[in-house]
Amino acid sequence: MTKQSRRLFLKLSLATASSSLLYAPFIHASTSKHVVIVGGGIGGSTAAKYLRLMDSNIKVTLIEPKKHYTTCFMSNEFLGGERDFKTLEFAYSGLQKHGVSIIHDRVISIDTIKQTVKLSSNKSLNYDRCIVSPGIDFKWDVIEGYDETIAQSIPHAYQAGQQTLTLKKQLESMRNGGTVVIAPPANPFRCPPAPYERASQIAHYLKTHKPKSKIIILDDKEKFSKQKLFEAGWKRHYGYGTDNSMIDWVSVSNGGHIESLDAKNRTISAQAQDFKADVINIIPPQKAGKLAFATGLTDNSGWCPVDHKTFESTLHKNIHVIGDSTIASPLPKSGYAANSEAKVCAAAIVSLFNDRDVLQPSLINTCYSLIAPDDAISVAMVYGYDQGKIIKIKGAGGLTPMDAADHMRKREADYAHSWFNNMTHDIFS
Amino acid sequence: MSVINNLKYIFFCLLTLNHAYAASPNQASMLANTCAACHGTNGSSQGPATPSIAGISHDYFIDAMTAFKEDDRPATVMNRIAKGYTEDQIKLMASFFSNQKMNPTSQNFNSAMVKAGKDLHDTHCEKCHAKGGTVSEDDSGILSGQKTPYLRYTITDILNEDRQVSRKMFKRLRNIHQQTGQKGIEQLLHYYASQK
Ligand SMILES: Cc1cc2nc3c(=O)[nH]c(=O)nc-3n(C[C@H](O)[C@H](O)[C@H](O)COP(=O)(O)OP(=O)(O)OC[C@H]3O[C@@H](n4cnc5c(N)ncnc54)[C@H](O)[C@@H]3O)c2cc1C
Repeated sequence: MTKQSRRLFLKLSLATASSSLLYAPFIHASTSKHVVIVGGGIGGSTAAKYLRLMDSNIKVTLIEPKKHYTTCFMSNEFLGGERDFKTLEFAYSGLQKHGVSIIHDRVISIDTIKQTVKLSSNKSLNYDRCIVSPGIDFKWDVIEGYDETIAQSIPHAYQAGQQTLTLKKQLESMRNGGTVVIAPPANPFRCPPAPYERASQIAHYLKTHKPKSKIIILDDKEKFSKQKLFEAGWKRHYGYGTDNSMIDWVSVSNGGHIESLDAKNRTISAQAQDFKADVINIIPPQKAGKLAFATGLTDNSGWCPVDHKTFESTLHKNIHVIGDSTIASPLPKSGYAANSEAKVCAAAIVSLFNDRDVLQPSLINTCYSLIAPDDAISVAMVYGYDQGKIIKIKGAGGLTPMDAADHMRKREADYAHSWFNNMTHDIFS
Repeated sequence: MSVINNLKYIFFCLLTLNHAYAASPNQASMLANTCAACHGTNGSSQGPATPSIAGISHDYFIDAMTAFKEDDRPATVMNRIAKGYTEDQIKLMASFFSNQKMNPTSQNFNSAMVKAGKDLHDTHCEKCHAKGGTVSEDDSGILSGQKTPYLRYTITDILNEDRQVSRKMFKRLRNIHQQTGQKGIEQLLHYYASQK
């Protein structure tokens, strides 16, 4: 075959492949199926859009109390002073354009036998399949002197929105020379690198505006995500390891575990010693979203066990759990993972409705962390499926190399911002 | 690709036709959908930097992924990602993305720069990157509407000989750079940014 004829041959075969196969419509039963999605966050919104893209005969209803979603990702960059808060907010009109029905309400309960979802307005909806992506809830009872009410003034900023704004305001009104305490929880929790990206971004803000200030990380862990890269970055930008370091990290074996909080005096008692702080950011330990507990979707771990091929709950039929609430380890609890899981779950539901074999899952997670404005690092992994479990593909993935050149770290920062734009567009537009 | 390989590939397409391809969604979209978070839904990037891969040449996609996989091309994350896929999976993704249409988002450009860039393109690049770099035939990358920072990184890597391209392309780029300096490169970038 000549080069030309080979091309033509290939093109023709691909053209037939694409027109008749990639876009082949399903032959449908007379009644269309209804999927109710609980939670218009990263997992739920992605699933809503992709269900409609994959099979426009499926009726999709998304229930979400808020009129706008505020992303957690890049909220640390907002704290660092390099991003406008408005850029973190997304409306639901994009999903409506895909034919998703949006109901702004809260789901109170799910009747798993009758397959109905009950809303706080008392309205009730039937579903053929339900996707639950309620995000995280906090364990409030583990730190003495700290609870949900106090968290309004001692913000966690781990569900973005008012919490993020409160933390930002406190940083802005802090004196030069003040102390910020960040207290991350033990594993597992939402977005493992996020507390350390936060420390980096707050350090960037302080270095620019209040250079005599200090950040102390009181950790409930012995090590943390991307640790070597973070520490090298802190050394480079924030004097880490010197007497003038803007960031100190106290591991759990060095007494980082927090025992109690005196909110009035802004004093936090860690195992090592008491710290008087100007701004305190406790990130409490976490569990699956409330509705997952109310519906009986959680196991002893406080998270939701699912079939890794379909994300269907192993505890209740016809309910799928995706996002942070689910147990999808080795996938982390990240937005990228939630987005990937949603697509696998949507594809599985479409296949199940049409009596087809469920496809072999394939997923990616890439998490960028911005250490300083032109300096980002990342961790990436490709995931497959083997013997009933999601697995990491051997030989794939890993971290930014420790010796990556400055211009490559700058590229990572540009790609991190591109990721934010593409990710939010993929979910909400 | 040899004739045998060609036939093998077409046979593979026919085979998948009866299985994974027989329904939408299929194994190709299963693989490709995970790329969207960085490269945009169906491969059309919102930018500012990550390149669009919608409409990419089928063979160029395979070459690029193979180069990433073998650490033969400078990369941030793509070398780590590409190692997660088999040859057959890469072919499926190539078929998916080469069948998508790129929807370029608007980028900034300056008309004087665009004009000079068009002249440079017509003289040095048009022969392979035909029709103003809008087409992916001849296994070349689409330049028109591609993200400016990505093209800038690529040209930098080629000029620094960090990225291997054909002798012909390297010489052409080096000529442009020697004759016009970074300014000429920027003019080219403005031209591609102005195209839709
Ligand atoms: C500071 C920070 C930085 C981060 N950075 C990154 C990053 O760079 N990259 C990355 O991939 N991930 C990042 N993440 C993680 C990411 O935000 C989460 O993993 C992701 O939001 C999980 O999606 P989800 O759908 O499970 O939950 P969410 O996005 O939290 O969505 C849950 C939704 O459910 C709704 N809901 C809850 N209960 C009900 C109910 N009963 N009825 C109706 N609706 C309900 C809520 O209102 C909410 O909108 C970061 C997280 C934090 C905190």
